[in-house]
Amino acid sequence: MPHDVPTAQQLVESVREWLERDVLAGTSGRLQFHTRVAITVLLMVERELELGPEQAERHLERLQMLGFGSDEELSRAIREGDDRTDSSIEVQEAVRAAVWQSVRDKLAVANPKYLDADPS
Amino acid sequence: MANEELAASLSAVLGGVAVADLSRLSGGASRETWQFSANERMLILQRQRGGDIRDMGNEFAVLRAARAGGVPVPEVIAASTDKSDLGAAYMILSHFEGETIARKILRDDQFAEARTHLAQDFAVALARLHSIDPAAAPALLPTDQVVQYREALGALKYSHPTFELVFRWLEQNRPPVGPHCIVHGDFRLGNIMVGPDGLRAVLDWELAHIGDPMEDLGWLCVKAWRFGVRKPVAGLGEYDEFFEAYARAANVAVDADVVRWWEVLGTLKWGIMCIIQTQSHLGRITRSHELAAIGRRVCENEHDLFLALEGKW
Repeated sequence: MPHDVPTAQQLVESVREWLERDVLAGTSGRLQFHTRVAITVLLMVERELELGPEQAERHLERLQMLGFGSDEELSRAIREGDDRTDSSIEVQEAVRAAVWQSVRDKLAVANPKYLDADPS
Repeated sequence: MANEELAASLSAVLGGVAVADLSRLSGGASRETWQFSANERMLILQRQRGGDIRDMGNEFAVLRAARAGGVPVPEVIAASTDKSDLGAAYMILSHFEGETIARKILRDDQFAEARTHLAQDFAVALARLHSIDPAAAPALLPTDQVVQYREALGALKYSHPTFELVFRWLEQNRPPVGPHCIVHGDFRLGNIMVGPDGLRAVLDWELAHIGDPMEDLGWLCVKAWRFGVRKPVAGLGEYDEFFEAYARAANVAVDADVVRWWEVLGTLKWGIMCIIQTQSHLGRITRSHELAAIGRRVCENEHDLFLALEGKW
């Protein structure tokens, strides 16, 4: 490891805890609202630092299984009705399943509660 | 323009009435909103900002047409696109007491009774709007929203496989061309004044255009506009009862699949709008961690789209 302790995740956590413990109680109105937003953002960063590296690997694996190296290539293929995304119902379903899994991974970092919410 | 100068100009355009208590209410991106009293009657001034290139003349023409058609909207007391009057295009509107904050309307006790019929109120207001002859607002233009938002996404230079999949679905499942009506374009909680008695006024007409009336119904059902409440129609009502109320008031049948198509397009539009909002932070137009965080809400829209289209691809 090129750095000393704490880790980046632990540093962000320390700031987030300070916002929750000291700042939130001393603020009201708009400033308190923006403090809550800041806490939410830092929690997101903490989750990304924890889950991000493994998610990046799985994301690339999913793209490669479909024959692509990037989201840009996949997006262009969908837009143009390329055979790799459109040749059969099975292929279309495989593409949608892969993309939806990527969306779930993004939510696991951005807002994990959204995954549990009643889909109504 | 200083406040005293603005008050004097307001008095002049209103024929010399006594203007008092001028105060700034909010600063949206496209316009300033002020409140003042004229001969002790409370009025609202909306003044366009420099960066907004839209023709405010369209908006007050629509407001007048909507009011004549029985839609509850503010009365246009005076309006002009001549910048020499008040330094910018403006509208002076009648003032309504009420609440526009969605979370309060959906949760506060004082609106409990209103919540039992607000979805029906919305259906009736939309039916009246859609029955107006579009010739009443001749400058309004038809827009193809699929094309428009494809271009908006293209201009952002972001790769979004989910949005590409949904654009493809929208193109392949486009409903037959509907009637050409005046549509509000942003009819949802947040843009509607509500009192304990129900719907009081439909506000924020700057996105009005000519289009399929089902666009307004679909937009009202987009999940983001339920503000965390389960009920699909604005967090206030069920699909069936809302469609029935609209069909009764408009005397046309509502095809739930067509509304669903517009709801899917609306969800996609909101996702793209979230990217645009985060861009105003990233592009250093308005530095704000709140705007930055909105960029990470796009995946909520994507998830909503997959749920809405499950079994329908």
